[in-house]
Amino acid sequence: MVPFGGWDMPVQYSSILAEIKAVRTAAGLFDVSHMGRLYISGPQSTQFLDWVLTGSAESLRVGRARYCMICNESGGVIDDTIFYRLAEDRYLLIPNAGNRPAVVEWFQNWIRTKFSGVTMEDRTESTALIACQGPNAAKIMDSLCDGEPSKVRPFAWKEVNLADKPVMIGRTGYTGEDGFEIVSEAQDATFIWKSLMDQGALPCGLGARDVLRLEAGLPLHGHEINEETSPIEAGLVRFVRFDKQYVGSAVLAQQNEDGTERKLVGLTVEGRSAPRAEYPILHQGETIGRVTSGSYSPTLDTSIAMGYVLGRHASLGQSVDLDIRGRIVPAKIVELPFYARAR
Amino acid sequence: MNPNDRKYTKEHEWIKVDGQAAGQAVTGITEYAQDQLGDIVYFDLPKPGDALKQLEKMGEVESVKAVSDLYSPVTGEVLEANENLLDHPELANEDPFDKGWLIKVSISDPAQLDSLMSADEYEAFIGGL
Repeated sequence: MVPFGGWDMPVQYSSILAEIKAVRTAAGLFDVSHMGRLYISGPQSTQFLDWVLTGSAESLRVGRARYCMICNESGGVIDDTIFYRLAEDRYLLIPNAGNRPAVVEWFQNWIRTKFSGVTMEDRTESTALIACQGPNAAKIMDSLCDGEPSKVRPFAWKEVNLADKPVMIGRTGYTGEDGFEIVSEAQDATFIWKSLMDQGALPCGLGARDVLRLEAGLPLHGHEINEETSPIEAGLVRFVRFDKQYVGSAVLAQQNEDGTERKLVGLTVEGRSAPRAEYPILHQGETIGRVTSGSYSPTLDTSIAMGYVLGRHASLGQSVDLDIRGRIVPAKIVELPFYARAR
Repeated sequence: MNPNDRKYTKEHEWIKVDGQAAGQAVTGITEYAQDQLGDIVYFDLPKPGDALKQLEKMGEVESVKAVSDLYSPVTGEVLEANENLLDHPELANEDPFDKGWLIKVSISDPAQLDSLMSADEYEAFIGGL
């Protein structure tokens, strides 16, 4: 168990490799209750969200969810988040655990100064969030729930009953596999966890979670994105709207037009000794960037990393070198994601 | 749990003197170390002929989540490194006291072994961590 974003969490329950394999071939369980559950409602909630998010709230249909970023005035990322439209004027937004205080404060300031017709309720402590991910997740959820979870479309949500417990399930996840994220009342979490385990889902900790999302090419706030980094630099332009005005939109539009000095790339390194965050990326002896995340990937049996390099070096197939604790190791720039599930 | 036929270091390594060949020993990491590391994916071990100095870094062990330094329990010379660990680093998780051995060494100063911990002392040490 380790401290993580203010919570006490397991790095692994059994073995990180076994947990990664379970998610890729069967089903894994993640207790991600540490992430926030913010309920935003009121007649101005759509306008408010369109003001603070890079994604569109107005065009999001009830019954669907969207991934996007919350940016500051300089286009830096305060948090990346998934938000669900529960009703015309009601949304659920899920911030990262470590960023919840910053997001709540940011939202409160805008609500107070600009959007009086908005109420924000933080239900993080009274709810739980459990993710069931893997090729068997749909089967497992169908056997436990009414409402046919397997028919819920990607990035759609539905209210169902898991046994006799009311839950909201979203066809979303952070692993690159099919799966569900389940919001429940806090007191039902243990029952839900045990029910999913009884169906064969293997508990997975932070260690597996980090390797799985890296294999899937997904960013982690604090690594690939942060308050000094824009979604344009991070290659997340498809989650940024340019047809509305919101906090940071002018900077992001400019960056999209001019290009950015540095770009996020994927890297592969032969072997099992992985580059890690902060390690230098070199080209012909000169530092051209830094690694933001890296790990051995058991799924691909090679080491992988994401990092920022100067724009002119950010071409697919480009050979670079990585400084792995004093050892200079060759690497290659590759397309993201490293791993995509068969569909 | 920790075998009595060897000595232990604060860096969670063991060294066992070879009964047959004088001045030679085999070393490895302890059960406690492999448990803390989690799934080991890579070893960076010194090569035969490399000089070793007690308590100095001699290599690295890498698990999925972290990299840790390996320290030499004694001053001496590397005789052999466990090549099985190249393709099967998980041997050190599965059998840290036997098949997962790291290197065989020749010891320059056998008196150095007296400064290391016995199995009982090591158990007390990890109990206090």
